[in-house]
Amino acid sequence: MVQDNGKEETLALKLRVWRQRRGQPGAFEEHSLAAVPTSASFLEMMDMLNEQLIKAGKDTFAFDHDCREGICGMCSMTINGMPHGPIPGVTTCQLHMRNFRDGETITVEPWRARAFPVLKDLAVDRSAFDKVIQSGGFITVRTGSAPEANNIPVPKPVADEAMDAAECIGCGACVASCKNGSAMLFVGAKINHLNILPQGQAERDRRTLAMVKTMDEAGFGNCTNYGECQAHCPKSITLDVIAKLNRDYLRARVKEFFSSTGKPSKGGD
Amino acid sequence: MALTGLVLAGFVLGHMTGNLLMFKGPEAINAYAAWLHANKGLLWGARAVLIISVFAHIWVGIQLALENRASRDGGPAADATRRATIASRTMPYSGVVILGFVVFHLLHYTFRTVALGGVTFGDDVYKMLIAGFSNKLVSYFYIVSMLLLCLHLSHGVSSVFQTLGLRNERWRARLDGLALAYAWIIALGFISIPLAVLTGCLK
Repeated sequence: MVQDNGKEETLALKLRVWRQRRGQPGAFEEHSLAAVPTSASFLEMMDMLNEQLIKAGKDTFAFDHDCREGICGMCSMTINGMPHGPIPGVTTCQLHMRNFRDGETITVEPWRARAFPVLKDLAVDRSAFDKVIQSGGFITVRTGSAPEANNIPVPKPVADEAMDAAECIGCGACVASCKNGSAMLFVGAKINHLNILPQGQAERDRRTLAMVKTMDEAGFGNCTNYGECQAHCPKSITLDVIAKLNRDYLRARVKEFFSSTGKPSKGGD
Repeated sequence: MALTGLVLAGFVLGHMTGNLLMFKGPEAINAYAAWLHANKGLLWGARAVLIISVFAHIWVGIQLALENRASRDGGPAADATRRATIASRTMPYSGVVILGFVVFHLLHYTFRTVALGGVTFGDDVYKMLIAGFSNKLVSYFYIVSMLLLCLHLSHGVSSVFQTLGLRNERWRARLDGLALAYAWIIALGFISIPLAVLTGCLK
């Protein structure tokens, strides 16, 4: 914020930042950081901290980031216990320091979940999400001869719903905020995105069963309807996707159970 | 959790409604109890479904709690909660107390081996309940347990809809409200009897 004298307001902060090497136990490190502009993003503040550490000849903090405009899903960090910080519907890169007070102590830690092991400091390994996507987060099209998009009519409400689910950037805040470390919001978003579109029908049941199986194997927890994921999702994905994931999963399981083998049964009539 | 919970949530409604016959007088409740016991097939059929549901509910609940604890990996040092309700966060604890209550309740009024002072009441259920609830400590335990059941149901009943995929953002608040109303009806219905005995309305 710009003050009356035309200068930008700055903050002096106390930072408790998580320091950890892969496979080893970690601990918080305390640092003071002065002259942080209120217009800086949280990541820019972390850059300032790292520069200060470099100048002092110390090791920097590792953290994930990429586009810094809230769409890539790379940035993470649990800030004062909240994934992506205190402002709902915002990623860490779009979180500005004007949302913090001068002299405040800020606790910065990585996503905490068994399925997301810490790589270094604040960076965690989110490849469990990639495995879930690989198991069913796709549709079959012949690449090289992709059909004309408008050949398949998609009703507007369906397209809207699919786009709402497709807003998920796969950052993992749902898992980090869930008190069960569950990935249901992520998997629900991906399944909804593809399962309701006509292009996604061919693999619908297979996709649902495979993605849920992969999710379970990756060590994510189970949904007990806390609703924390929705409250922390930077893209405000709603619990609707979990209800619909449950519905599609039930449907797929029932269909699988009563699926035809194509052969007459032995014995009987 | 959802399917077994649905059976159990349905059971407590039936149980509570039957209990309210206490207010109609000794003949009504005793006749109702006799009618329940008259058809052995139906009685044991219902009991079998309940016993299976209770054990399955507990088994899945324990698995759920253990798996989820492991998945969290300790959680953040500065844990913040935005919208998870007290009810949702205490499900295993309210569940354990309710289980303890169920065991006591069965020993109390079904097997009639505790807290009745060794008196046999035979078919006079009305007299047994009055005697049972005249013990203040027992009544308080019943009341506290039913308030915890209220907490448990307020989260459980609305979660059933989510698990079965029958919920959306439009219906979420309504179903939460419905679950809360259901939980309070059950709890207050049950509580009314020990409370009536304690205050001397039922003698």
